[in-house]
Amino acid sequence: MSDKDKKVLITGNEVIAEAAIRAGCRFYAGYPITPQNELTAYMSRHMPEAGGVFIQAESELAAISMVFGAACVGERALTSSSSPGISLKQEGISYLAGCRLPAVIVNMSRGGPGLGNIAPGQADYFQSTRGGGHGDYRTIVLAPNCGQEFFDLTRLAFDLADEYRMPVLILGDGVLGQMAEPVKLKPGIKYEPAHQKKEWALTGNKTGKPKIIRSLYLGQGVLEKHNLELKKLYDKIEQEDVRSESFYVDDSEVVLVAFGISSRICKKVMQEARKEGVKVGMIRPITLWPYPYEIISRAAAKKVKFLVVEMNMGQMIEDVKLAVGGKAEVHFYGRTGGEMPQEKDIMEKIKQVIK
Amino acid sequence: MYKKIICAGFGGQGIMVMGKLLARAAMDEKKEVVWMPSYGAEVRGGTAHSKVVISDTQIASGLFLKPDDCIIMNRPSFLKFENLVAKGGTVIINSSLINDELKREDVKVIRIPATETAGELGNSKVANMVALGAYQGVSGLVSLNSLCDALKLVLPLHRHGLIDINIQALKKGAELVNECSS
Repeated sequence: MSDKDKKVLITGNEVIAEAAIRAGCRFYAGYPITPQNELTAYMSRHMPEAGGVFIQAESELAAISMVFGAACVGERALTSSSSPGISLKQEGISYLAGCRLPAVIVNMSRGGPGLGNIAPGQADYFQSTRGGGHGDYRTIVLAPNCGQEFFDLTRLAFDLADEYRMPVLILGDGVLGQMAEPVKLKPGIKYEPAHQKKEWALTGNKTGKPKIIRSLYLGQGVLEKHNLELKKLYDKIEQEDVRSESFYVDDSEVVLVAFGISSRICKKVMQEARKEGVKVGMIRPITLWPYPYEIISRAAAKKVKFLVVEMNMGQMIEDVKLAVGGKAEVHFYGRTGGEMPQEKDIMEKIKQVIK
Repeated sequence: MYKKIICAGFGGQGIMVMGKLLARAAMDEKKEVVWMPSYGAEVRGGTAHSKVVISDTQIASGLFLKPDDCIIMNRPSFLKFENLVAKGGTVIINSSLINDELKREDVKVIRIPATETAGELGNSKVANMVALGAYQGVSGLVSLNSLCDALKLVLPLHRHGLIDINIQALKKGAELVNECSS
């Protein structure tokens, strides 16, 4: 792209694709599903231009398995889908986690369960933050709320995946994926072949020492040892990589907790409420795992009331309650089935909470 | 300034491009913008609309139900949006495909034969640009130059051969409004 430093008007789906290429990703496999098709379409044109591989796979499972293969040889690899498709990818994500392989998975989530609909949703919170597939594992979950963050966090997702050798999930929704906003595209990194920096990658055995990538650990106590190593890794991430954004938490009666598109609606509500003299603040988790328990816990100690706003029937609220530990009231407002919370309804709920 | 605009019609009329061009032109005039498409599972022939927000200050969510102004390209969209437009708003109606009268006193109505005019220019597909040009003429929200300049950024490369006729259509639309109001 020639417009390297200028702002472009670009959809969330497209900007992830562009950011991935600029982050040195040279492998994409995906299978079409609304509302993330613009990502696959963008990759189909631009990945070959960048000298990388684009594959429209025969299924979601094939796509994640191809990503698994690319990750084994050390390439930065990406796949994307929307809710029902992400369910299909869970087997592969679990294997990536078990094998300690880095990869980035994008979920532009929609209404569910089942095929649901093609409208935006946040009902995949549990699936995203509790591993998603089978076994004792976690994925880092990044929840951007605007085009610029999609760009910045996509780069971060690849860096974190490589640093910790694990799958990283970017969780958006149908609105954020399809909405176009001005985004500053920052210059990319220089692509380097994997064998130069990932000593574990299967790029041909030149040393005589076998390299093995596997998730099958038979034998007494062998798997537990592996699980405990993963646990150590997850503990470190919980210490070092929690990201969130807070507004007016020290001067609030009610603190809204919301992520993704809901957080943008809540921010507007917060601004309007404060104009009316209603003391509303907000905490926005940017990483959904690791979760910003500590920030919420500290706010709970200040006698605020929490109002969790989500586009589901109440999922993240469980993490808020864990953080609050019974020390403050936790209320909920949600819309589900692809519907969006309206500003006036959130405002109404805030007034009820204050009473 | 915080302006919410809906461009509405059927899939194939260039409803997405219309909104995106407006957003891009406003962005190049240093405004904050958000563009949001909306269409069903069917892309061609089904109803489609795109939403644009243009603001002097940072846009919170960019989501809205009721537009300030509306550009309406076909009858099903007219029936859907005629009563949603905010009081004091502007409604551009493609009179080539919509015979209905808008029975509201509290909005400004501009009827433009966009499809016919586009046909006269040699390509009925630029009806969207005639209507958008008319909206530019009546609202002055962005300059005509910004819209024309934004075409090369919004249209894909393989459509750049059509930039000239799109510019003609934008200009013609703006002219038609001036004729209507003078």
